[in-house]
Amino acid sequence: MACQGLQKGETLESLKRESETLKKKLEEERNKLNDVELHQVAEKVEVLSALSIKTRRVLKGHGNKVLCMDWCKDKRRMVSSSQDGKVIVWDAFTLNKEHGVPLPCTWVLACAYAPLRSLCLIMNGYLGLDNKCSVIPLSLDKNENLAAKKKSVAMHTNYVSGCSFTNSDMQLLTSSGDGTCALWDVESGQLLQSFHGHTADVLSLDLAPSETGNTFVSGGCDMKANVWDMRSGQNIQSFESHESDINCVKYYPSGDAFASASDDATCRFYDLRADREVAVYQKDSIIFGASTCDFSLSGRLLFAGYNDYTINVWDVLKGTRATILFGHENRVSRVRVSPDGTALGSASWDSTLRVSWSFSTGSNYIFRFIKLLFWVNSRLVLEFTVAF
Amino acid sequence: MTINTLAKGGCHREQMACFRKMEKVIVAMQDPDMGMKMRNQRLLITVIPHAMTGHDIITWLTHKYRISEEEALHLGNMLVKYGYIYPLKEPRCLVLRPDESPYRFQTPYFWTSTRWPASELDYAIYLAKKNIRKQGELMEYEKERYSLLHKRINHTWDFVVMQAREQLRSSKQRRKADRIVLECQEQAYWLINRPPVRSITLYCIQLYCVVHIEACRKALGRNRVKSSICLEGFLKYSEQYLNHDPIMQGCLPSNPWISDDTAHWTMNAEIVPVPTRLRVERWSFSFTELLNDAMGRKEFMTYLEKEFSAENLYFWQACEDIRHGENSKIVEKVEDVYKNFLAPGAARWVNIDSKTMDKTLEGIKRPHRFVMDDAQMHIYFLMKKDSYPRYLKSDLYKNMLAKAIVPQETKKSVFPFMRRQRHSSPSPAQTATQAAEEEGLAKGAGANSAAGSHF
Repeated sequence: MACQGLQKGETLESLKRESETLKKKLEEERNKLNDVELHQVAEKVEVLSALSIKTRRVLKGHGNKVLCMDWCKDKRRMVSSSQDGKVIVWDAFTLNKEHGVPLPCTWVLACAYAPLRSLCLIMNGYLGLDNKCSVIPLSLDKNENLAAKKKSVAMHTNYVSGCSFTNSDMQLLTSSGDGTCALWDVESGQLLQSFHGHTADVLSLDLAPSETGNTFVSGGCDMKANVWDMRSGQNIQSFESHESDINCVKYYPSGDAFASASDDATCRFYDLRADREVAVYQKDSIIFGASTCDFSLSGRLLFAGYNDYTINVWDVLKGTRATILFGHENRVSRVRVSPDGTALGSASWDSTLRVSWSFSTGSNYIFRFIKLLFWVNSRLVLEFTVAF
Repeated sequence: MTINTLAKGGCHREQMACFRKMEKVIVAMQDPDMGMKMRNQRLLITVIPHAMTGHDIITWLTHKYRISEEEALHLGNMLVKYGYIYPLKEPRCLVLRPDESPYRFQTPYFWTSTRWPASELDYAIYLAKKNIRKQGELMEYEKERYSLLHKRINHTWDFVVMQAREQLRSSKQRRKADRIVLECQEQAYWLINRPPVRSITLYCIQLYCVVHIEACRKALGRNRVKSSICLEGFLKYSEQYLNHDPIMQGCLPSNPWISDDTAHWTMNAEIVPVPTRLRVERWSFSFTELLNDAMGRKEFMTYLEKEFSAENLYFWQACEDIRHGENSKIVEKVEDVYKNFLAPGAARWVNIDSKTMDKTLEGIKRPHRFVMDDAQMHIYFLMKKDSYPRYLKSDLYKNMLAKAIVPQETKKSVFPFMRRQRHSSPSPAQTATQAAEEEGLAKGAGANSAAGSHF
């Protein structure tokens, strides 16, 4: 530990003290308007009927850990990137592989679809020499050499951990291990804005679905989740209640709140208008960190993927766990609900992707009950259904 | 978890959190009152004391954490995989079997968390030894580290002191010369290799403090909303969108993933001749929903044309294009917008208040991506507060809603009949049970009639 001279030690102590006092004051301010808890308000909401979510599609084709996946706007295609250096575009509905883009280096950390047709990839070269983010215009022509058309857009001084297109194909937002986020112009590769404030690696970011569309949230290894104004580069709000690295942040569909998944094995829900954490999703039996999370379309459910290979589904309002999904044979690296909310896609270090959906609608129960009757006595049920 | 350490071949920093949690579970399992019941297990001819069966472990986990057996098996498997519990029968097979297979707890000395290079545990034992031997004559920094370690690995502190005493006792049995040499070597090792507390310099800590203080000060001045109001908002939102959430309520005609029928997607494509009812209803939830849907936007535009205020929407669209478009085209786009919407006598002149107009015109002299923001915001809220509510009450919208399709739910009754072939001839042995079940079902059929009509 380097000691930079005793005179600095004096000011450091007073700085630390001031920092602590202000932190306490802030907590008090936040608590003044804390008149009720989320689970109390949610008592009048109906309890969720038993959710039956099953995994019914397994996409095999990657040779190594699948690090990231994203859905396409057409609600059935998805793109996935893996440590084997391949990026595959799947038609998850038919299990067809539509494109395979081989890339020169191995660590393809993330991929994201742009609103129109481009695909964004984050590649970190072997031994971290790359630190780049590239954009590939995706076309349905299978003969095109897509890898050759890739265009390097972002450059950071450390690995790039997450990327997201803003409302168009023209701007890209990235988060990096160098502790900053940055906004880039895709066409020129120019840096439009940079966001400083995290004191450690930034691991994830998400754009706000708000009317003005000007903010985004980022989470990092300093256990903080920060909300930024894209235009000015200012840090608008900051939340620090996690006990370990925040691996993923995701906005609630209305844009008034966001959820975060962390290595401390909890997911937390933060309200932006009340400026505080309003729910913690945890259980004593959940020991391993959560690496990813996403909301269902109505925001009632939160799907979170954990390092113990499971996906826990939380009731956002009541704070309880609705159900748990087993199936993956290694860490779940990414979960994403499809754009129209019909299915859940998950990617894992076991080199597969899985698609799961819910079977729990009223008519399904009737269908299953009828099936059960068949097992008992087929002829009687035939007569019974013919009558109706 | 950051990939920095992974790339440099270092240890997974994030593992510490889950190892600590696993150790908590193990310690709870060994609690004399609430922990597991241990018994002597027989392994061939030898009797192993303090062992437990796989079945017992799963039962204990199920009760303690109120989880299902499947989850308890999964959790127990993790504990075995990371070495906190080891199997006696097949030591190389690290799987938890839910039967009478015997397992034992691993001693803390070999816990995975203690296997780090220059581990804190070893260092703690060393410091404890020194403390006991020299009766509190530790150096300043050693005293600091000792108390820090005492806080950090408190749950194994008894073990630390016990190990220190054992090692001291066994060292007393050595010759004095050897003992002194060993002590010097150990001291030299720890002087160089003591595990670091933090790897950032003093200057960085200072910087972080300043940044943190700045952020806190700004945050104190924020306007906050009462929790009860904010939280009600979530309830309302979830309720409003409940019918639109396929995972919660299913979707019509059927979820394509379940039925292999893509009708749902075809009916809800971007542009369709007749939209579904749910989709049209959604336009009434918020102005953003209407604008985000291509069909909704088109309908709204038609309405505005009737009201002679379509220029507002055209203006808004042009501003969005500037905001999200290519950097190189900004100047020319701003020019176009000025010519078409803002210049006096423009074809589609928009009505903005004078203050905003002045500010925008000033900004146009040096055009940038966000120069139209204020004007765009003004027009957006104008449409939202005025035109949008009137649109929802208009005949145009009401007709759309009336015309909208409500898809029929797909009937699934065909399939069971096909499978019926397998059960066509019941064996004679079943006829007795069949008669009994017929009776039971006759009673049930009355109740089922209501259910059956849902087909």
